Order: sequence, then structure tokens, then C-alpha cells
Amino acid sequence: MKKLMIGNEAVARGLYEAGCEVVSSYPGTPSTEITEYAARYEEMFCEWAPNEKVAAEVAFGASLRGKRSACAMKHVGLNVAADPLFTLSYTGVTGGMVICVADDPSMHSSQNEQDSRHYAVAAKLPMLEPSNSAECLEFSRQAFELSEEFDTPVLLRMCTRIAHSQSLVETGERKQIEPKEYVKNPQKYIMVPAFAKKKHPVVEKRMDDLTLFAENCGFNRVEMGDTSIGIITSGTCYQYVKEVFGDSVSVLKLGLLNPLPVKLIKDFAEKVDRVVVIEELDDVIETHCKKIGVEVEGKSLFLKIGELSQQIIADAFGVAHNHATECEQEIPMRPPVMCAGCPHRGMFYVLSKNKITVLGDIGCYTLGSQMPLNALDSTLCMGASVSGIHGFNKAGGQECEQKTVCVIGDSTFIHSGITGLVNIAYNASNSTVIILDNSITGMTGHQQNPTTGYNIKGDPASKIDLETLCRAIGIKRVRVVDPYNLEECERVVKEELATKEPSVIISRRPCVLLRNVKLKPSMSVNRDKCKSCKRCMGIGCPAISMKDNKAQIDATLCVGCEVCQQLCPFDAIERGVED
Amino acid sequence: MKTTNIMIVGVGGQGSLLASKLLGELLVCEGYDVKVSEVHGMSQRGGSVVTYVRFGEKVYSPIICEGEADFIVSFEKIEAARYSGFLAQDGRIIVNTQRIDPMPVITGAAQYPENALDELSSKAVKIEKIDALALAQEAGSVKAVNIVLMGKLAKYFDIPEEKWLDAIRKTVKPGFVDVNIKAFKLGYEG
Repeated sequence: MKKLMIGNEAVARGLYEAGCEVVSSYPGTPSTEITEYAARYEEMFCEWAPNEKVAAEVAFGASLRGKRSACAMKHVGLNVAADPLFTLSYTGVTGGMVICVADDPSMHSSQNEQDSRHYAVAAKLPMLEPSNSAECLEFSRQAFELSEEFDTPVLLRMCTRIAHSQSLVETGERKQIEPKEYVKNPQKYIMVPAFAKKKHPVVEKRMDDLTLFAENCGFNRVEMGDTSIGIITSGTCYQYVKEVFGDSVSVLKLGLLNPLPVKLIKDFAEKVDRVVVIEELDDVIETHCKKIGVEVEGKSLFLKIGELSQQIIADAFGVAHNHATECEQEIPMRPPVMCAGCPHRGMFYVLSKNKITVLGDIGCYTLGSQMPLNALDSTLCMGASVSGIHGFNKAGGQECEQKTVCVIGDSTFIHSGITGLVNIAYNASNSTVIILDNSITGMTGHQQNPTTGYNIKGDPASKIDLETLCRAIGIKRVRVVDPYNLEECERVVKEELATKEPSVIISRRPCVLLRNVKLKPSMSVNRDKCKSCKRCMGIGCPAISMKDNKAQIDATLCVGCEVCQQLCPFDAIERGVED
Repeated sequence: MKTTNIMIVGVGGQGSLLASKLLGELLVCEGYDVKVSEVHGMSQRGGSVVTYVRFGEKVYSPIICEGEADFIVSFEKIEAARYSGFLAQDGRIIVNTQRIDPMPVITGAAQYPENALDELSSKAVKIEKIDALALAQEAGSVKAVNIVLMGKLAKYFDIPEEKWLDAIRKTVKPGFVDVNIKAFKLGYEG
């Protein structure tokens, strides 16, 4: 029976059906659910690795041992895994290996809009792109055959609209793969110059072979219709094209994005009057077409910025589209906010109040940049806060050191903050690093990590002791504070900024959304005592608002963290139900 | 047949994913081609969230664009107004009258536009208001707002009530089936 699945679940099913045995990933929207769903199959070993580089290398190791393996990451995660990626192209595989990478056009939950197809081109690796959940299953399954046939890892490119859209999928059975003997093969797997020099021509030959494969493979298909317009497209854009035109135009749908076919495109172009390439983000297909001498339109009609849609495509072709009644009143923005009771809030309040420069990182706590806290000065990439503060302080000197901290979450610290801290200790900057330890990987939806004491299945696992780790790195001053205690946070932050050596402050309290966190009864405002000073509004808690010029607390949202109570100069905030 | 487009809009954390899961389950059982597009990640943290549900004989795009939505089911009052441009000419808004202040309103940087829905009504937009929070409370859980609204939506579909209830049984956790069935019925009558 057909079943509705998000693309990520269908990819996981594809891995399962292909007989994949090892899946290692680091969570990142919109890729996270691939590994979460994969972990539901007992037949596959699945794990959360500390970062994407580790994940890709784990998958490499499993492939080396002859088993089918996979890893999954978001687009920026592939930057982290780029080091093994480029040389994996040279070694090739023993067991099939698939690297799933999910792009996020329009940046629903990302810091940039990079196009992963460039990695396939640069690393000379085949890349597949599905256009719905059924293809997610089919392509991820067939990616292993392709990987083994051409002795190469295969990239599977997803995007938000494929990863997080549900469509119908027909499932099959898991394939039994014959186990392979491990055979030592230094020329294939030891990439020293002597061997790598012999491998590079193999890679170039493989790309030529794959180009021939691309001409006739099942991943690419031509759907001929009216020949006045021929559209070359792939992935979710293919669905938008079909939505606008149905079967009325001719379409070349590409499922294999690298290498791109030559003859197939030329033949298609010859049959139609006008060729238009419709692709999200960069002009990868368009550039290829122009390079092989096929005249096409593309980015002259569509932006390189953001997602496309049926509406954008219809507009570009002058196809009529409905427009309905808009509300003329201004509707205030509703940006994402830190939850009521979020343990990050207290620390951000203290940093904001003391006008401290804060280098930020990637996670829920990036929301500390929002009004009214306005607590962040920078957010670049995973781990950049810890490395960045060292450079900031080296450049700014003592004056800087006494007014600057960086903040990084527990999972992000493990991902790529540790090496930055090593640098702070080794190259001696008086930097203050705050680890916001909420005992979970929060923003991506509560994944376990090496600091939580549990693995992907929720089973007990080895747990990193952050205090011991920081001391072992060479940080002598390691303090632990409770971010619900504003007085303590402020005192410790001031002390550590004043000292003449590097320090780590661990701001420790679990995410309030965790199931095992006991919430306290909500707070309420004593309206007689409230003097409308709005001090409590300064923490940006979604549970607090002003009503009839007095503060009020929404009992359905409040979890009783008492942070607002500590701010009220009139003791107007009490525990209990509002009258 | 024409594809039917339903937009579910609200505030992150209000349970729109469960509502879309319920619709997906129901519509697949009815034999339709279905696509559901969800939002995960950062915007879920109390931000404005949108889920698209599309069904028909053959559905291509997973998303709904301006002027295409046959129904906008809004979990919050001004979210309905925010997305009203997506409504098709003869489309219908079903809106929970609950007010949830966005952060710019909380901080005083913006006003909550109390009468945004009246403006739409005056422009002949079909709007069904329902106090889904009160009905959810009556059913036994404030978290059942999503199912109350599905009950209200169900009135406009030619699908027997029992099929909806089956879909609820398959979608919600076993301990919450009774509360949600009650919520659905209150929404249907409300």
C-alpha cells in the first residue's frame, strides 16, 4: 500500500531497502529526519556523530570494510565534510557509499543559501536529485548501485521542499547484500602522492564514463509535449513546471545533476524552439548548456536568490495567475523567539544588561540576537564564536578582553568549538567562553549528543564531562552557573571578564521542552503591586505582555522559571494563578 | 478534478504538524494523490508557521501560492490576515479567535491589529470564526485546538464523519483519542 512520507523518511527507507548497514550523521535542518527515521530500522547501525566530517569518515570506514554506508547533513555541513569528500573521490569505495546533502533555498533555517551542486562538480562526484518522496526512495536505493558500479561515493541532493514535503511512496523489501572479504589495497586507499597521482586520471576517466552513462540513464528523462518551449529542470522545480504547464510543454527532467549529459541536452534543444533552464539558486545547468554550445535562457528570467514556485514560473512566462484579497492593515512580524523558560534567556539578559560584546554561534541561542535582548554581535558558522573571540581579543587587546565573551551550545561546542578552545589555551588569549549547556541539540529538534549521556536510540552512552575536558585543554578557570539565577550569572561573568587568564563558564540547565524536565507552576502578576515599569518586558519572554498598562503572565506558556521575578523591583511577580 | 488547497497557518508549537498529518492520513485513505509541505527548524520556535496540504487526482507542487488556497485554517487571529493573499477568489478562512501577541507587540514596537478580520469580512472574504481554545478546553485539553479546527473544516468536505474519526485514531497518541474525538465533534458543531 502507498504511504505518505516526507522526503527524508523516504530516503531512510531507500537506505534500508538498499541493504545499507552503517549511517552516521550530524543533525541539521532540513536533513535531520533522514537519520532519525533510519535509526528506527534495527538492521542498520545509526549514530549521531560529533560533526559531519566525522560522519563522512565513519561512512568511509564502513565502505572500506565492504559494507554499504551513508551519511546525511545540511548544505553547510558538507563544508565541514569537504576534506574527506575530495579525497574520497580518489579512493572510491568498496561497499557503496551515499552522502545525503540537503540545501535550504530561502534559508528557512540556515545561515546561507549555498548550492551543493558546486561540490559535486569540484570533487568530481556523481550527484542525484529526487523530485518527490517516491524518487527519494528510488534514488537513494539506486545510488548504491551507481556507487559500486563506478567505484565512487554518490551525493544525493535534497532541498527543503523535497526533504520536508510528504508525498506517496510505495515501499519494497530490504535487499540482502553478500558480505565482502576485507582485502588490503594500499594503492587504492593510501592517498600519498605516488598513489594519488595514479588515481587522478582514474577520476577523470570515471567522469567521462559517467557522462556517457548520463546520456541514457533512468535518472534523466524527456517528456515531449508542445515544442515551442523546452524546459530543462530538476528536483522540486520540475514539480513547479508541471504545476504550471501540465503536459503542454516539453521537459527534460534531470535526476543526475553531475555529470550533466551532452548529447541528451543537444538533442532535446534541437527539437524545441526555445530552451529555458529552470533551476533554484545558481546557474549550474545553464552554464553547462552554454559551455556545450546550446543556447538557453535561465537566470535572465529567474533569480539566483531564494526558492522558486509555480507562481514565480507562471509570472516569468506571462501565464495568468490568481491574486486574491490582501489585508491592507499592517500585520506585525512574528519572528521565532526563545521559548518561555528557555535557559538561554537569563544569561543573555545579563550579557545585554552589561553591554558585553558577544560572539555567537549556531543554535537556538542565535535567537538571543532578537529584540529586546539584542545580545549578539556575530554569528558565522558552527564553532566560529570560540575561534573568533580569540582573534577579536588578540586584535583588540586587554580592553576588548574585559568586555567580550562568546556563547556556544553544548552540541556546537563538541561539533567544532573544542579546537577553538585549544587555540585559546595554546596561543594564550584572555578569552571568556560561555558554553550554553542545555543538555540537548535543540534547534534541530532534540537530538542526543556526546554531552547528554544518551545515543540516537535513547540508550545510555558515554558522556563527556565538559568541566574535565576544558581543564584538560588547559583552561584553569572553569565555572558552572545556573542561568535561572541572574545574580550568580552576573557575578561570575564579571569575575571571569576581570581575570587575566582564559576561562570557561558553563551555563547549565536543560532545555524546558525536554520531556524529563519538571516544570514549576506558572508565575502571576499582582496587579496592585505592578507599577508598569516594564522591567520584566526586557527579557523578551513570550509569556509576558502588558494588559491595561499592567504586566500579565500567560499561565499556559509560563513554566515558572522565576527569571522575571528577579527583575521586578516591586515584588509584583508571584507564584500562583492570576486572578 | 481540480486540486484542493488547504493552508494551515499558526504559531510554532500550536500543533499544526499533527493537523496536517491527520489530513494526510484521511485523504490518502480516500484515494487521493496528496502532498503535504511542512516547516521544521528555526521558525518553529514561536514564529509564524505555514503547512500546505494539497489533494486531488494528481498533485505536482508541494506548495501553495498567492490566490490558490481554497481553505486557510488559521490557529491564531492575525495569522489568518497575514496569509489572506493566498486565498483563492472563492476561498474560505476558518479562524481560531485566539490572540497570541507576537514579540514586536509584546515589546511595544507594533500594535496588534484587532480588527484585521473585520476588514477582510468587509471585502466579502468568507470567514468562519471559532473559539477553538474554549472548545478544546471543554473537550479536556487546550492542546486539542488543532483538532477542533479540523472538525470545523470537516463540514466543508464530503467525507463521512467516521472516516475522520478513524484518521484521528491513527494519528493521535492512544491516550488522547477520546479527548480529540470530543474536540473534533465540538469543532464540527461549533
